[in-house]
Amino acid sequence: MIKIENVRKSFGQLEVLKGIDLTVEKGEVLTIIGGSGSGKSTLLTCINGLEPIDAGRITVDGTVVHDKSTDLNKLRRKLGIVFQQFNAFPHLTVLENVMLAPRKVLKQSRAEAEAMAIKQLGHVGLGDKVDVYPSRLSGGQQQRMAIARALAMSPGYMLFDEVTSALDPQLVGEVLDTLRLLASEGMTMICVTHEMKFAREVSDRVAFFHKGVMAEIAPPEKLFGAPEDPELQKFLAATH
Amino acid sequence: MFDTALSAHDLLFLAKGAGVTLLVTAISVAFGTILGILCGVFRFQVGPYWASPVTFILDIFRSIPLLIQLVLANAFLGMVLKLRMSGFTIACGVLTLYTAAYCAEIVRGSIGSVPGTTRRAGRSLGMTWFQDMRYIVLPLATRVALPSWIGLALGVMKDSALVYVVQVTELLKSTQILITRLQEPLFLLMICGAFYFLISFPIARFGGYLEKRWSND
Repeated sequence: MIKIENVRKSFGQLEVLKGIDLTVEKGEVLTIIGGSGSGKSTLLTCINGLEPIDAGRITVDGTVVHDKSTDLNKLRRKLGIVFQQFNAFPHLTVLENVMLAPRKVLKQSRAEAEAMAIKQLGHVGLGDKVDVYPSRLSGGQQQRMAIARALAMSPGYMLFDEVTSALDPQLVGEVLDTLRLLASEGMTMICVTHEMKFAREVSDRVAFFHKGVMAEIAPPEKLFGAPEDPELQKFLAATH
Repeated sequence: MFDTALSAHDLLFLAKGAGVTLLVTAISVAFGTILGILCGVFRFQVGPYWASPVTFILDIFRSIPLLIQLVLANAFLGMVLKLRMSGFTIACGVLTLYTAAYCAEIVRGSIGSVPGTTRRAGRSLGMTWFQDMRYIVLPLATRVALPSWIGLALGVMKDSALVYVVQVTELLKSTQILITRLQEPLFLLMICGAFYFLISFPIARFGGYLEKRWSND
């Protein structure tokens, strides 16, 4: 369970998270929507401790993320995260990209890591690309590789930060299909996305962020069907 | 073709000088690179403000002509500190710092060339700072640094000709000794140049080979 309690975060003068309260249960798929600068991506990077917070508390399975005594490197094994940029390690082949962290962080044997990597690459549909370098892959393929790389750590949670935003329109579908697959397998996911149709389809709950505040959170039928917050109504009208 | 008084023995003398040049260069570039990596990583890691004392010292070694550094270091160590150090040790010491000063800049720039998002991806997989450095930053930054580093190594080798001022008889000094005796400056300088080329060329080619080998990704 990820529990976010009254989290505040500022970048200089700008307060990007103004007291967020949110709980994500095991097995839940939560999507976060909202305009640019609403704080949704920042929240994800706070959850895995890449960004410090100014106030409040985030706990993952009972571990307080921003506690000084927390081993963040250990905690991050539980939290797979995929970013908007593909972030392939360009000097490693696809297989090596996926194997690196299991080998070095989890200290798995080569055979063990390779078996896992091949399994996860197959899972995201890159079974035939294991030996090529990332520069030979399309954006969609690179993004699926990044997903496989995160999955190879057997995380309990997956965080997706606008993973389709940097993709050509025709490549968005293949990545969303991969996310759908994960959701259908029961992976606990928090997806920050601009894909409304996707959010409507896969989410258990959808949260709408506006200017650092979680303005509304509801199951998709409710949030898209009968939005209450006036900003959400405006946002939905603009994105349709 | 040439009517020369140069003997096989003299050629051997030149080869010895070339050996000294190679040795001084190898020692200075090896230690200078290690020191440069440490300084470069430090400068990148702590930011310009906290690194400013180190930056200042490195700038001294980059700004003052090597010849002056050698003479001053020799005088300071020998006359002020009364240390009995060989010219060879002083030459290696000064050239090491000189190399480190340039290498630190190369290292700092190369680390900076690795996208922050790539490093963040590594860290978010649970890698420690050191693992991120070792498995992601080092290989990527090395590719960026290599051409400049090869240039630096070749530069230091040629600059090492100046260590004659601390009584180290390297290649150029050996040539000058022969010129004084044989009075055939052009011919001897040609041979000297050929020696330098013989040392440099493999290093340059090796750099080219590595660049090509690493360009598959």
